[in-house]
Amino acid sequence: MSFFFEVLIGGLLSGIMYSLVALGFVLIYKASGVFNYAQGALVFFAALTFVGLLELKLPFWLALPATLAVMIVLAVVIERVILRPLVNQPQITLFMATIGLSFFIEGLAQMMWGANVRGLDLGLQDEPIQWISDTTGMNISKFDLAAAGVAAVLVAVLAIFFNRTRIGRALRAVADDHQAALAVGIPLRQIWTIVWGVAGAVALVAGLLWGARNGVQYALTFVALKALPVLILGGFESVPGAIVGGLIIGASEKLAEVYIGPYVGGGIEGWFPYVLALVFLLVRPEGLFGEKIIRRI
Amino acid sequence: MIYREAGQFKASYAADSAIFPIRQDRIGIAIILALAFVVVPLTATPYLFSAILIPFLILSLAALGLNILTGYAGQVSLGTAAFMAVGAFASYNFMLRVPNMPILLAFVGGGLMAAFVGILFGLPSLRIRGFYLAVATLAAQFFILWVLTKVGWITNYSSSGVITAQRVVILGYPFSTPAAKYLLVLSIVAVMALAAKNMARGNVGRSWMAVRDMDVAAEVIGIRLMRAKLLAFAVSSFYCGVAGALYAYAYLGTVEPEAYSLDLSFRILFMVIVGGVGSVLGSFLGSAFITLLPVLLSVSVRFLDASLDLHIAESTISNLELMVFGGLIIFFLIVEPHGLARLWQIAKEKLRLWPFPH
Repeated sequence: MSFFFEVLIGGLLSGIMYSLVALGFVLIYKASGVFNYAQGALVFFAALTFVGLLELKLPFWLALPATLAVMIVLAVVIERVILRPLVNQPQITLFMATIGLSFFIEGLAQMMWGANVRGLDLGLQDEPIQWISDTTGMNISKFDLAAAGVAAVLVAVLAIFFNRTRIGRALRAVADDHQAALAVGIPLRQIWTIVWGVAGAVALVAGLLWGARNGVQYALTFVALKALPVLILGGFESVPGAIVGGLIIGASEKLAEVYIGPYVGGGIEGWFPYVLALVFLLVRPEGLFGEKIIRRI
Repeated sequence: MIYREAGQFKASYAADSAIFPIRQDRIGIAIILALAFVVVPLTATPYLFSAILIPFLILSLAALGLNILTGYAGQVSLGTAAFMAVGAFASYNFMLRVPNMPILLAFVGGGLMAAFVGILFGLPSLRIRGFYLAVATLAAQFFILWVLTKVGWITNYSSSGVITAQRVVILGYPFSTPAAKYLLVLSIVAVMALAAKNMARGNVGRSWMAVRDMDVAAEVIGIRLMRAKLLAFAVSSFYCGVAGALYAYAYLGTVEPEAYSLDLSFRILFMVIVGGVGSVLGSFLGSAFITLLPVLLSVSVRFLDASLDLHIAESTISNLELMVFGGLIIFFLIVEPHGLARLWQIAKEKLRLWPFPH
């Protein structure tokens, strides 16, 4: 039984890592209705820039704001070059544009910093916490626990930002109705830049944690594929949905790999989250926390 | 002056509902077909056949399949490559397990198998819409490829997972040279494109378009949603399945799951968007664009590198290509969000009035 709980907790903690990536998607979708496939590329770009700056002998506390600044500049450029000309286009067109953007960012990141796999040391070891394994016999990774803590702080900060600040209220207004927001004098372009900047910051956090765990490498871009089932399970517009979805996906994925995997030849982690999300969608077509869409003729 | 339908009277219903009602269009199509069937095989080099023309045609067919689903019926799918894989592996197994199986019939069998799988994965579309559906179709992509690698019976227990495709022989004639393979692919693509064009402008296509534009309204005017959506999934997957089989038999020469990755799905979706959503011509234009672009890019970058003596590293070149590819896609979406097919339509309008401005 303790083995079951060990797998479950490990799954929940890795699910939080998925949620971190999914958060970036949700932020942008909420505020601009853009399904931003480039979020995975942003995670990769942020992590690679950070490691690259560290290699240039920049101290940790300086590299962090410097990378953040780069992400914000990137957000400004994206808004100016891609979003502004594509205002009012069908969602699918914007989605394709973000796929093009992800190619561009991947190429740019590797051209600037090279394609070598790099390690990233945040001072956290991926090893079990001693007193938990002594008292209960379960191995819970320190690193995962710290990542969960970071995610919790991030969500809290975002919640305060969205609900308690002027910009946050403007963001929610834009998410609700672009035109009405414009009519009451909310500057749409600034808001979009801010959202992409915040999504860039979330990508930086996700990139640091994923990079410290798996190494900073091209494969980081594939974490977007891990975040997609989390998104559709939780609902595109919901921050809590991203968290709950991540927990459900993470836990069930690990449990399925351990308890079902051996009977079917293993390797089911690639598709199981998608099929699980699909089953959830059949019951709730807008995800667990997504907005109900009412269609009229 | 040249492209004008004045003076061409339609005297019968048949003439009115003809597939190419304008004489200039008929002449144009005839010229293109003559070029493709006669001039190209006589002049092209084997490299041109196997590196550009054959993949262009096969991917056009796949893009056409996706365009039926996404462009006409409005259901976005990211699992195209998986349906192609089903077609390829089903054809392989038909050839392997049925004695004296004609290969064309095996291709059709592969297409039918893909259609069946397509209907299965199309079922969620009855409840899920938009991006939720797009992400859900990724389930097809990952699940099908997983099955193909894990179930040994499908790959005939091959240890490496890479199978050499059987030789393509029709009525005793071996299609082994690039030119012969090109002609085979071209014939299949031409027939299926004609069928798609007719489907799109007929009863079926109209019901698809009604579903695309607003499914609730379509249901109210008496279109059976379930039938229309599942038929779109079936027909689309059939096209993709045949394209997948051709991809394995006429282009790669091997049948392997890795060839049908998510990357291929995205490339085909690009073709549809860049070419023109809801247009048969657009599928071909988009495929030509996406197939030719990387080739042109790498040729031109290498040419610049050699002529200016820059000595750019190989990795920089590939990253540069990636950036230019992404940048050009964004550029095209901004300049013409309705795709290359729309550009052709605008050109036609201009041609009608030429040399007058209005």
